[in-house]
Amino acid sequence: MMSNKKIYLDYAATTPVDKRVLDAMLPYFSEHFGNPSSVHTFGQRSEASVEDAREQVARVLDCSSQEIIFTSCGSESDNLALRGTALAMRQQNGSNHILISPTEHHAVSLTAEQLRLRFGFELEYLPVNGHGQVDPEDVEKRLRPDTAVVSIIYANNEIGTINPISEIGAICRGRRIPFHSDAVQAAAYLPVSVDALNVDMLSLGAHKFYGPKGIGALYLREGTPVLPMQTGGGQEFGLRAGTSNVPYIVGLASALVLAEQERDARCKHVQPLRDRIISRITDGIPDVKLTGQPLLRMPNHASFVFQGVDGNELLMMLDVEGFACSSGSACKTGDPEPSDVLLALGYPPQWALGSLRISLGTQTTSEDVDTFLDILPRTIKRNRQLVRVP
Amino acid sequence: MPRRVVVAMSGGVDSSVAAALLQEQGYDVIGMMLRVWSEPGKEATNHCCTPESMAAARRVAARLGIPFYAVDAQNEFKDIVVDYFINGYAKGITPNPCLECNRQIRFSYLLDRAMNIGADYLATGHYARKAIADDGKYKLMRAVDPHKDQSYVLHVLNQGQLARSLFPVGEYTKTEIRDLAKKLDVQIAERPDSQDLCFLAGEDYRTFLDRNAPEMIAAGPIINQQGEEIGAHRGLAYYTIGQRKGLGVISTQPQYVIDKELSNNTLVVGPSESLGRDTLVATDVHWVSGIRPSCDFRAQVKTRYSASMSWASVIPLDDKHVQVDFDEHIRDITPGQAAVFYDSDDCIGGGIIT
Repeated sequence: MMSNKKIYLDYAATTPVDKRVLDAMLPYFSEHFGNPSSVHTFGQRSEASVEDAREQVARVLDCSSQEIIFTSCGSESDNLALRGTALAMRQQNGSNHILISPTEHHAVSLTAEQLRLRFGFELEYLPVNGHGQVDPEDVEKRLRPDTAVVSIIYANNEIGTINPISEIGAICRGRRIPFHSDAVQAAAYLPVSVDALNVDMLSLGAHKFYGPKGIGALYLREGTPVLPMQTGGGQEFGLRAGTSNVPYIVGLASALVLAEQERDARCKHVQPLRDRIISRITDGIPDVKLTGQPLLRMPNHASFVFQGVDGNELLMMLDVEGFACSSGSACKTGDPEPSDVLLALGYPPQWALGSLRISLGTQTTSEDVDTFLDILPRTIKRNRQLVRVP
Repeated sequence: MPRRVVVAMSGGVDSSVAAALLQEQGYDVIGMMLRVWSEPGKEATNHCCTPESMAAARRVAARLGIPFYAVDAQNEFKDIVVDYFINGYAKGITPNPCLECNRQIRFSYLLDRAMNIGADYLATGHYARKAIADDGKYKLMRAVDPHKDQSYVLHVLNQGQLARSLFPVGEYTKTEIRDLAKKLDVQIAERPDSQDLCFLAGEDYRTFLDRNAPEMIAAGPIINQQGEEIGAHRGLAYYTIGQRKGLGVISTQPQYVIDKELSNNTLVVGPSESLGRDTLVATDVHWVSGIRPSCDFRAQVKTRYSASMSWASVIPLDDKHVQVDFDEHIRDITPGQAAVFYDSDDCIGGGIIT
């Protein structure tokens, strides 16, 4: 029956804003409301907060504060990185080739597809193994003198797989080709030192690590060619016009600093719970496969495909039981399509349509996980019994 | 533990009030919307489940604080309802696909999904009533508002389906429902009532057939009842019994479609006196009680959704067929539409006119 207690197991979709983050943000709505671009002291107060936030973010990423661009979200960061760099590289030296993985977030893949269709770039997809991982050697083989940008997701949102970003980055660096990685999922749990990762660009979105929605950042290594995608005032070093969203910038920085400070503790909290989910589900439910890398995966992320299950209806059934999960194929409008990522991994549609993602967070308890694991087998069984016209 | 009910929500006033009424009565209410098939490119104008109506239903659900889910039935709807519609025209009849949608999609596919999440009932915004007879059987009854009554399209439901159905708005008139919408704070922009089929997306069924079953559209002769060729038709599926407009024949008196002869692709027209008949045979007869009456009975019969009631004697012929002998000449009896039998307010059953 519908339980009153709702258990949230969809932290990869979004996280609640940490109370400490919210407290840091609140003074910047009505109290310190000045426009950072203004000359007067109201403006100076806000500007100082934005620049402090930039410095805080830079410290976590191990870079200079001049290399941090605040954006409206992770998707905007991806857009600026891909489109901005591709167009700038073409202008600079005629580069015309884009290399991405087939498991990119749509913010990357659809931007790249637009660059192909509307701007005439040659778009090449890298191969991946059955876990959705890119082999650095494949990158090496495919880099060309006219490659404008390479983009590989750090940790995949749907299947949790972590890519060998540092090795891929070293290869691109050796060939002086701009390398971008979407770290929107990764930043919540994985190290984000840009030097260790060898990236030229790294996208972040605050709401995945207990910050607010509607704010993101792009790390842009000094010297990386990029054409601004939003023009206007000279904010963000002329690369992203628009009045700075001061409270949200403060919120992003505060959340990222906390994520860095508490990284080990957060990982230690979620990883054993995740491992319990993976072993109980793969052992206890028939016709199920873990999707993504079994070990090199986000510590809070468990994802599966169930043969002959309707993922959309599974989510509905679980929600009614009080559990909020996600599925790669689910769609709020009842128009399910098998996910691109799962198809790229070679799953046939009758498996790919039955995907389930469980993603944990700081507030997930051991009891939550056990209650979930108790109801899941019979929910799957009931779902499989539902009749559909073939 | 409160009883759980899934309400099939369309974003319109009737199903929204249904949800609000049931919530007020203490039910644990969950909203669902069927995502049915739309012709590719026409999704925005499909009458049942446009993005706009889904957004409206979501807003109502959010205001009531109830969960809301969209349920995919696109393939099922296409295979069962749309194909029934197309095949019907191919056979020369004028099908009523809403009957199949209610029987096999709404009160079967969606009902299964409602039961599957622990619901006791599926409720809809239909204007009809359900009651329990002295023998414990469920009765389907006409709505309180005779102008809105939709029992005609629900006569296909069996006892199992009725047992698990609720029609909360059938107890009220449309005016009362509008007032209730205000009172229960589920006011929504009212769309004009439409009797068009949802998947026609507001267009004429003929253009739909042109695009989706062009092979069945073959021009042929129009003849009068004397067998004289007096014109040409563009394809039998374009015409329906009793149709006057668009025949393109010249005659001293108005001509109506009297018959469609599929075997030689010929349309027969004649004057209005030739139109109609006082008897019909219906097939695939369904009895709401589940039991075929043992003898002939008197009933009021509706031969179209929008037709008025006509007195008739209903003669069960066998398990599938009945003969209906009307007291008067009925003008447009159309094969493919349902003949539905009523004893006062009780809907007894019905069948497809042959």
